[in-house]
Amino acid sequence: MIYRENGQFKTSYRADQQIFAIVQDRWAIAALLALAFFVVPALASDYFFRAILIPFLIMALAALGVNVLVGYCGQISLGSGAFMAVGAYGAYNFFVRIPNMPLVPAILLGGLCATAFGILFGLPSLRVKGLYLAVATLAAQFFSDWMFLRIKWFTNDSSSGSVSVNNLQVFGLPVESAQAKYWFCLAFLCVLALAAKNMVRGAIGREWMAIRDMDVAAAVIGIRPMYAKLTAFAVSSFIIGVAGALWAFVYLGAWEPAAFSVELSFRLLFMVIIGGLGSIMGAFFGAAFIVVLPIFLNQFLPALVASVGLSISTAGVSHAESMIFGALIVWFLVVEPHGLARLWSTGKQKLRLWPFPH
Amino acid sequence: MKLRSILLAALLGTAAAGAFAQAKEQFFPLLSYRTGPYAPNGTPWANGKQDYLKMINARDGGINGVKLTFEECETGYATDRGVECYERLKSHAGVTLFDPQATGITFALTEKVPTDKIPLITLGYGLSVSQDGNAFKWNFPIMGSYWTGADIIMQHIAKKEGGWDKLKGKKIALVYHDSPFGKEPIPLLQERATMHGFKLDLIPVTAPGVEQKAAWLQVRQMRPDYVLLWGWGVMNSTALKEAQATGYPRDKMYGVWWAGAEPDVKDVGDGAKGYNALALNTSGQQPKVMQDILKYVHDKGQGTGPKDEVGSVLYTRGVIIQMLGVEAVRRAQERFGKGKVMTGEQVRWGLENLALDQKRLDQLGFAGVLRPISTSCSDHMGSTWARIHTWDGSKWNFSSDWYQADEQIIKPMVKTGAEKYLADKKMQRRDPADCQS
Repeated sequence: MIYRENGQFKTSYRADQQIFAIVQDRWAIAALLALAFFVVPALASDYFFRAILIPFLIMALAALGVNVLVGYCGQISLGSGAFMAVGAYGAYNFFVRIPNMPLVPAILLGGLCATAFGILFGLPSLRVKGLYLAVATLAAQFFSDWMFLRIKWFTNDSSSGSVSVNNLQVFGLPVESAQAKYWFCLAFLCVLALAAKNMVRGAIGREWMAIRDMDVAAAVIGIRPMYAKLTAFAVSSFIIGVAGALWAFVYLGAWEPAAFSVELSFRLLFMVIIGGLGSIMGAFFGAAFIVVLPIFLNQFLPALVASVGLSISTAGVSHAESMIFGALIVWFLVVEPHGLARLWSTGKQKLRLWPFPH
Repeated sequence: MKLRSILLAALLGTAAAGAFAQAKEQFFPLLSYRTGPYAPNGTPWANGKQDYLKMINARDGGINGVKLTFEECETGYATDRGVECYERLKSHAGVTLFDPQATGITFALTEKVPTDKIPLITLGYGLSVSQDGNAFKWNFPIMGSYWTGADIIMQHIAKKEGGWDKLKGKKIALVYHDSPFGKEPIPLLQERATMHGFKLDLIPVTAPGVEQKAAWLQVRQMRPDYVLLWGWGVMNSTALKEAQATGYPRDKMYGVWWAGAEPDVKDVGDGAKGYNALALNTSGQQPKVMQDILKYVHDKGQGTGPKDEVGSVLYTRGVIIQMLGVEAVRRAQERFGKGKVMTGEQVRWGLENLALDQKRLDQLGFAGVLRPISTSCSDHMGSTWARIHTWDGSKWNFSSDWYQADEQIIKPMVKTGAEKYLADKKMQRRDPADCQS
């Protein structure tokens, strides 16, 4: 089999510390990136970009952020929707209030607003953990819902509470066409995913994981729980905040606080659980599962039913969609509680040993 | 990755299959919600929209020989699913216009339609300032916005009290769905409150509105003279039940036209007796258009939804929305070529030049259902007339004459709102030459 590392020797620490230790993996990733950056934009249709790929990229980014907090640091959070909302409204305020504010800094500043908000609502994590923390972070969600509905300053005094942006451009190039929006989100995702990957491989990531696995033991070996937990909240909410700003600016264009409701927090948590806790790749799998599958079922079911000569009502499709989706979630969690990413790595492990499994 | 590529391939396949099968067909994308907390109200609305298209095909063979087709997409009232539906259906050949059926989706699509050149029709909902066609080229809040609605309720209350000056010192509470939909009427009510000296209490209800105990506790404490109800879906019947439990008189309650249909009051039954709401249209199966729908669609077993729901308030509204869409296409064909499939841009011209006088409405079978409508380049609303109807425990009865919103108050508000929108977006007003495009 080609997927084998025989004969690949590492002669330096540097080589040993690469993200992708196996040559085949490096090639596969390079090919995947080339595909994502050059081939997909040439082939995909407008609908595919605007309704599937862009939401997938943005949700993958958000799931990545949630995974840093929940998967790597073990701090269960139900406030991810709030962090997205803070990112979105933060970026919006920088964008409309400062004349000639460029788009990319506005989005990054939105991420920083989310960071501050995340640290603030991460403070309870120093005292409570597990389900108690989940409930405490729920407060962030309700607080942000309240804040963006009630405090008019955040919505630029819009009477209805709905805000919108237009005329997006980067270095004078408009981010209007489907391709441009796709590249824009993809660039953010690649940079932040790489940064997150390196962080979780580094000292800070090990601290997070030590806290996750057993916080008392981690404290005993000299890890400061406060520092570790709050950095996890900061990094995670920055990434989620950037994703929120992209969701609002690039995908929706105009939004209201309901776009970042508690339901979104739940969806993000499902994404990391189904994708795989504590794995960067899991965020991508999870986002694909949660974002793409309902849309796919919504279009596939009528076609399937029509192929056997029957017809199904819109409500019927919608109900069937929820049922199949729910059943699949349960099935996945029973078959592979560690998520889709674990299935993937199990497959890889089997390939490396093939054809002599032990 | 494997799973994803399979999904992608299958999705591409379905998308491609949909792209074939194109002939001379005017396509109506139907965004709807038949599930979720707003389903009881969203369903009859969606049924009406579908049945009218089926009836036009069956009775007239389409518009001047152009057959009408449609496809429904379930949004569940969620903005992101609505955007997905819009992206899915907009590239269909012969796409006519979108009726998003939700204020949140309307806001998101308002930013998208100018690039795609597809008109949005938001009958009785959406953005109030989009009445100004010079600023909002693609939005059509035909027959009324929340500002005209709020104004008409206030006119009615003033009339009941015996004049505007009698409102001084009165307390009026607005119990509203805490979303852009519920907040839209606030600027107008505040304007009226400062003009006439009544006190306006704002009582928000968190979406979707099943939990209203706190709101009605406030009502109980304040004892307002009137309660305006800006609700949708389950919120309305819950509010009526809470009012009953609180002991607030239902005849002092006035709902918007989205809080005045059968699903809102049926479950409450006698408890809703005396409750008033705005009415944009009549209900019942007597109008000729409903008879035609029964005859050409339901009697042939092709109806959408139950037969006895035909002619209910929201069903009728769905029919009216679709009639306006169909008439816009017909109007556009008069200018751009009969028997041709109209593009979104041409339909927009049609919507901008609707002239439905009483004679035309009678011909169409809408005698008595609504008032005449005539739109123009600067006025995308066409008509602001509405009535009040009251629930007697088993059906809605009209309890007032027609009112027209006071343009003296609304015009300046629309103008400043539109100017602010244009300034925020760094956009220009349309010049007069653009009206002919």
